[in-house]
Amino acid sequence: MSTTRQRFDFGRYNFILVPFIAGGLALLVGAVIIWLLGANPIEAYIGMVQGALGSPNAIADSLVKAGPLLFVGVGICIAYRGGVINIGGEGQIVIGALATTLVVLTLSGLPSLILIPLALAAGFVGGGFWGGIAGFLKARFKVNEVLSTIMLNAIAVQLMTFLLNGALMDPTSLDNSIRIPQTQRFPLWTDLPRLIPTRLHAGILLGVLIAVLAYILLWHTTIGYRIRAVGFNTVASKYAGINVGRYQILAITLSGALAGLGGAVEVMGVNHRLFTDGSATGFTGNAGFNGIVVALFGALHPLGVIPASFLFGALLTGANTLQRTVQVPGAFVTTLDGLVVIFVVASQIWARRRATRHAMPELPPQDKIVPASTT
Amino acid sequence: MPIQTVELRNISKRFPGVLANDRVNLDVRAGEILALLGENGAGKSTLMKILYGMYHPTEGEIAVNGQVVQFKSPADALAQGIGMIHQHFQLVPGFTVAENVALGLKSSRGPLTDLNVVSQRVRELGAQYGLHVDPNALVWQLAVGQQQRVEILKALYRDASLLILDEPTAVLTPQEVQEFFGILRRLRAAGNALIFISHKLYEVKAISDRVVVLRDGRVVGGVATQATNQKELARMMVGREVITQWEKPAAQARETALQIDKLQALNDKQLPAVKEVSLQVRAGEILGIAGVSGNGQRELAEAVVGMRLIRGGSVRVNGKDVTHHSPAQMIQAGVAFIPEERMVMGIVREFSVAENAILITHTEPPLSRRALFDFRAVNTHVARLVREYDVRTPSLETPVKNLSGGNIQKLILARELSRSPRVLIAAQPTRGVDIGATEYIHKRLIEQRSAGTAVLLISEDLEEVRALSDRIAVMYEGEIVGIVPPTTSVEELGLMMAGAKKDS
Ligand SMILES: Nc1ncnc2c1ncn2[C@@H]1O[C@H](COP(=O)(O)OP(=O)(O)OP(=O)(O)O)[C@@H](O)[C@H]1O
Ligand SMILES: [Mg+2]
Repeated sequence: MSTTRQRFDFGRYNFILVPFIAGGLALLVGAVIIWLLGANPIEAYIGMVQGALGSPNAIADSLVKAGPLLFVGVGICIAYRGGVINIGGEGQIVIGALATTLVVLTLSGLPSLILIPLALAAGFVGGGFWGGIAGFLKARFKVNEVLSTIMLNAIAVQLMTFLLNGALMDPTSLDNSIRIPQTQRFPLWTDLPRLIPTRLHAGILLGVLIAVLAYILLWHTTIGYRIRAVGFNTVASKYAGINVGRYQILAITLSGALAGLGGAVEVMGVNHRLFTDGSATGFTGNAGFNGIVVALFGALHPLGVIPASFLFGALLTGANTLQRTVQVPGAFVTTLDGLVVIFVVASQIWARRRATRHAMPELPPQDKIVPASTT
Repeated sequence: MPIQTVELRNISKRFPGVLANDRVNLDVRAGEILALLGENGAGKSTLMKILYGMYHPTEGEIAVNGQVVQFKSPADALAQGIGMIHQHFQLVPGFTVAENVALGLKSSRGPLTDLNVVSQRVRELGAQYGLHVDPNALVWQLAVGQQQRVEILKALYRDASLLILDEPTAVLTPQEVQEFFGILRRLRAAGNALIFISHKLYEVKAISDRVVVLRDGRVVGGVATQATNQKELARMMVGREVITQWEKPAAQARETALQIDKLQALNDKQLPAVKEVSLQVRAGEILGIAGVSGNGQRELAEAVVGMRLIRGGSVRVNGKDVTHHSPAQMIQAGVAFIPEERMVMGIVREFSVAENAILITHTEPPLSRRALFDFRAVNTHVARLVREYDVRTPSLETPVKNLSGGNIQKLILARELSRSPRVLIAAQPTRGVDIGATEYIHKRLIEQRSAGTAVLLISEDLEEVRALSDRIAVMYEGEIVGIVPPTTSVEELGLMMAGAKKDS
């Protein structure tokens, strides 16, 4: 036990290892389910790998799927380092995409050199605003951010559905009275440039750049230093003259902004329009939640999120092809996704519990030491 | 079977960059109190955590009653009769004493609790050893000294017959220490073995039977307490003579730098803790605040620096009204604060030595420019602080939680004093600090004061207050009962600390 204690103390290695073990276990459970469904698990998983990485197109698809995960995941890292749990990725993606859509549709006359950055910025600001609301509620009224972000998710999706069924609905579909809840296709000059003749677009590069910038922010600037100080210890931060509430708001605002940027990249790079499939999450493909798992996979480090998002993107793409290669129902993709989420999140909670339990002797009980003025 | 002997044989413990214990041999027998002495970072706590099963030794073995044992966790150590009372208690504040004692144990009534049985046994143990606490009292309502008794009761309830006490007296008032020693004597008389760690040599002299001294992880000596004196112990510990008293230059007190008028503040339980306190500290003087802890000193300091809401009155720094200013504004005004709650307020445990050393000044050039850190400048700055204040750390990147308690305190001091503040509020600056470092800190505090800083010194150590202060204010139940010269006798100060007004 004491050897594990040290490993958890220097958690770096474990934080990387634990999610992989958990992910492997999830795939193992997935294999049992495939077998129960009457298919061959080995064949299925081989098919999955081929579907994800077997051709340039497959790889491009995996990378495209990784895009929003990368943006959200990096955002989750920033929030986490600031001691804020952001469950609101879904809503922030949606609001970011909505803001982008509004800019593109109203300013479509502008040249792409101006319009594309402007539209991306709109997504960034929109998502940041949505995250900022939760941050404000936390800092000002002590509203738990887990609750507020979940509620904000619901509000965002309702707002999008409402707009897509009304003001933003594709005029041609209004004429034809088919009424599909989606906007018209964006002007061609707002498409993000393709990298190679596949679906792969420049948004992925932007994501990698953002991850590097987030790393620099967190570990090379005083702003990131303060975010991390607040995340570890609010009392000591206050003592150091740091405005705790302000940096909590900043952390989740940045987190939301990156999710919003992910939404912007998704509509401008992949779909070229905003639509909803009517599900609880709309068009996000669950990236707001999967991004959390990706962040955990990446050891809650922006640079770790880069490979983690590619891995998870490949998993999702591969699982999508399962339906075709072996006879399993389409819903299995969701099942596998859910299994990985549960295993990875649970393993992290377990690892953290262990770590804090072993660190206990040095820690006085929290409620004893927090001065009244901070509660 | 109760413990007769426990032996540590050739114990070594290596952490990244440090050999915390180096082939240590140590034994303790039933019916004796063994004192463990050593400078900050000498490896005392590490050795005890190995004995308690929290760390695995890199080398060496432990034998209980002659039998070699292996501890995978504290539970294994407890099963062998070894209990440890940490300096920071591990109690659930919202639980009663009995619930805390029963926590983690099997009930005699299966899934149902047997708190009556527990309470009964707690009372018996209490009567036997003088560990009086009400089993039904809620832990958060207890004074620190009583909480410590609960920790000891927890260990005794689990049939521990070797008790490890890591700096137990650091949190106790002088009166509580006397009661505590009474308890230790009774435990010893009942045939228990005890290991006692303290930096206060007179305590070691007063309570122990035998002393073992550690330096740099090695045992450098062991003596019968009878056959030694404080001076010799100090020399064994530090390796040189230690001056405990020295002449300080006369105060050159100038204009008032810190003015506190009718200040009021509440404690954590929302009860009045500071009641209309008025004080002036002049530039170039040390005003000591003497008092039994819990009489509002902590709340006073926190209210002054903006960490606690001010409910009335005012604070002025250099004539400027700073009442209700935020900690950030107080830092701007040139106020430095060495908090009593240093593990929580003074540092970010997970941050490195370097990151903690720049906690207050990280936005100032050359450490950072336009929000970008200059790590070269940071490292130069921190390396200088660490060297000057003799902070023992394997590297500047080491997380502060891995430093020994005394070295953390030295780091905080280095950080706060190096800012050359106009006003310095130092709460228990030498608590948990070894005698060599205490000497050094005292010297630096006097230097600061001579350089024109106004120092408000809060300490429970009357010797310290008398040695350093130019004036002493005595605090009792949230009020200043009198301000007296440092030549006032300990007896008289004691009376005032118990609430006797000084007419002057
Ligand atoms: N978990 C850890 N990881 C790395 N180094 C550690 C760890 N715990 C202790 N150390 C190092 O081991 C050495 C001994 O520390 P220890 O806490 O045993 O000292 P100590 O004698 O109890 O000092 P103090 O009187 O200040 O409490 C120190 O150099 C410390 O930095
Ligand atoms: Mg120690």
